[in-house]
Amino acid sequence: MSTATETIEELANREYKHGFITDVEQELIPRGLSEDVVRLISSKKNEPQWLLDWRLQAYRVWLTMKEPTWGNVKFDKIDYQDMIYYAAPKPKKQLSSMDEVDPEIRATFEKLGIPLHEQKIMSGVAVDAVFDSVSVATTFKEKLADIGVIFCSFSEAVHNHPELIKKYLGTVVPYTDNFYATLNSAVFSDGSFAYIPKGVRCPMELSTYFRINAQNTGQFERTLIVAEEGAYVSYLEGCTAPMRDENQLHAAVVELVALDNATIKYSTVQNWYPGDKNGKGGIYNFVTKRGLCAGTASKITWTQVETGSAITWKYPGCILKGDNSIGEFYSVATTNNWQQADTGTKMIHIGKNTKSTIVSKGISAGQGQNTYRGLVRIAKGATGAHNYSQCDSLLIGDKCGAHTFPYLEIRNTSATVEHEASTSKIGEDQIFYCRQRGLSTEDAVNMIVSGFCKDVFRQLPMEFAVEAQKLLSVSLEGSVG
Amino acid sequence: MLKVRNLHARVAGREILKGIDLNVKRGEVHAIMGPNGSGKSTLARVLAGHPEYEVTEGEVQFESKDLLDMDPEVRAREGVFLAFQYPVEIAGVNNAYFLKSALNTVRKERGLQELDAMEFLTLVRARMKELDMDESFLNRPVNESFSGGEKKRNEIFQMAVLEPKLCVLDETDSGLDIDALKVVSQGVNMMRSPDRAFVLVTHYQRLLNYIVPDHVHVLSEGRIVRSGGKELALELEDKGYSWLEQPAGAR
Repeated sequence: MSTATETIEELANREYKHGFITDVEQELIPRGLSEDVVRLISSKKNEPQWLLDWRLQAYRVWLTMKEPTWGNVKFDKIDYQDMIYYAAPKPKKQLSSMDEVDPEIRATFEKLGIPLHEQKIMSGVAVDAVFDSVSVATTFKEKLADIGVIFCSFSEAVHNHPELIKKYLGTVVPYTDNFYATLNSAVFSDGSFAYIPKGVRCPMELSTYFRINAQNTGQFERTLIVAEEGAYVSYLEGCTAPMRDENQLHAAVVELVALDNATIKYSTVQNWYPGDKNGKGGIYNFVTKRGLCAGTASKITWTQVETGSAITWKYPGCILKGDNSIGEFYSVATTNNWQQADTGTKMIHIGKNTKSTIVSKGISAGQGQNTYRGLVRIAKGATGAHNYSQCDSLLIGDKCGAHTFPYLEIRNTSATVEHEASTSKIGEDQIFYCRQRGLSTEDAVNMIVSGFCKDVFRQLPMEFAVEAQKLLSVSLEGSVG
Repeated sequence: MLKVRNLHARVAGREILKGIDLNVKRGEVHAIMGPNGSGKSTLARVLAGHPEYEVTEGEVQFESKDLLDMDPEVRAREGVFLAFQYPVEIAGVNNAYFLKSALNTVRKERGLQELDAMEFLTLVRARMKELDMDESFLNRPVNESFSGGEKKRNEIFQMAVLEPKLCVLDETDSGLDIDALKVVSQGVNMMRSPDRAFVLVTHYQRLLNYIVPDHVHVLSEGRIVRSGGKELALELEDKGYSWLEQPAGAR
């Protein structure tokens, strides 16, 4: 080991002892990515050797990889040596009242109908004792612990449940998977871990807790959810409130493992900063999400409402390994102004009588470009597999685009695969019809759009669905003149 | 209630209405007849404020207010209703939800309390019964996979629920079989009242057997070339439109 590395490590460890919530500490981490930086991240998090080794392996593979170029998206080349890969969690500046929050953000909160105490938490306004996020979190945790559910940050899990992390990390998305996932494997900052033991039905949506605690998880988030035999969990990721972040690139990885008869529902509402009306700024959201239906009759459902980010590149998929397992993907993706989305799913049928359903709704407005890309693969042994895909696109205005790339690989003749696709335009006539009945143009568009997305919204937990619907109307604001 | 003066309008650069004058009082039923392309439907759409139609000259007063100055939704809230010739489909939005949103918007504008789900259901059930409509209508997406007759009945149903002051029916009778025509006519007759006026745009006299108009106007090439009582419609039935289709000044 080079002396430079030792010095950095030493520094890192010393910093850790003192706690790393200082501005000075941040300056110690150089820009760019190297093996030293990977070691530094690992040591800052006080990780065991095996995890460092895993990160390093990922890093070495990443060096040999090239960025994928097949996506139907355009952006300037990312300079990976110009990024800072580790920033200690800095506490948000505490504000004393909502009056100090950006009026634009406040207005959006209002439109979304987010409860005041959550608005405060998300904006970093000091909250009163009743709604203190720490106490809320603790209450939830205790309640969950009683029934054996583990729900904590990824870093905590590494220390408190190393055997589980060791057993499942990288089993669904290996560190060799793809450019962004491999990068994430090398440098992931933090994320969430959930474990539902055998036969337990998680009694609450893992949501409110998450919403309050998901702040500052960094740009390379890593989530792992394991549902043991017969377990059930519904997990909500993200937040309908507008999320601003200085980091342009977000490369998260989510792995789900469902054992025999287990069910995981994973719902996402993504509302990262999409850039301004001229296409300046905005988040690149390059995410790898995959679920493994490892056991017989296991089931994984992905539901996503993607309204934010300048560029979205994600394909939450299911590997249907267990016989009779079920994979589902319900998606609404909107692109307005200059947003680009290339999103869809992968359904890999391996087990017998496996079943998958894909419902994708793409909405394009402004100059937005929306691509559905989906793979359905039926392996040789997947006798009796069944897939149903439905991809619908809705265009608002005439400068936007919708594209559909369905890929089918069928190696078993007993499989049935159905694909339906449609493209429609919100017509002047539809809007005029609604207006003639007294509705405003905005209400008319909202009504038409939510009708279009109905099949997806009904998959979301009730209150989330209401928020998602409002979010959609906010993100399409001004799309019809 | 409705005063149209020297109304000129065009669509896609082509002048369709070339000076329409029309006076509709409360309680009256006016039939606008005329051959294809005479501007009947254009008149209906211009009254409702369709954005594709441009008014180039003239004025329209509705209840002493400048109608042309209002957005389509404002006209609707003021009490102008257009029964569409081709009702539009809205996938995934159920009829009840659509109508409840519309009704409550209109009620709000009129200073009335918005109806909750139960009150709304009570109201629409009563109207459906009067119009002999099946309740399954409510849960179906707006006009989607409706037959032609069902779409037209749905227009009349919406009209009955929204209770407008001025009802403009754009060729509501076209494409209807005789049974559907009776139902639609019955709906209109039921709604006739001293406070409400109707403008019926129709190509055929047939509708006027069921809805007896107070006034009949014949439109040709963008102008009203003849006005009269209900007997004018019968005369047209007898002679066709051709005897009227000459420049007004030529006769």
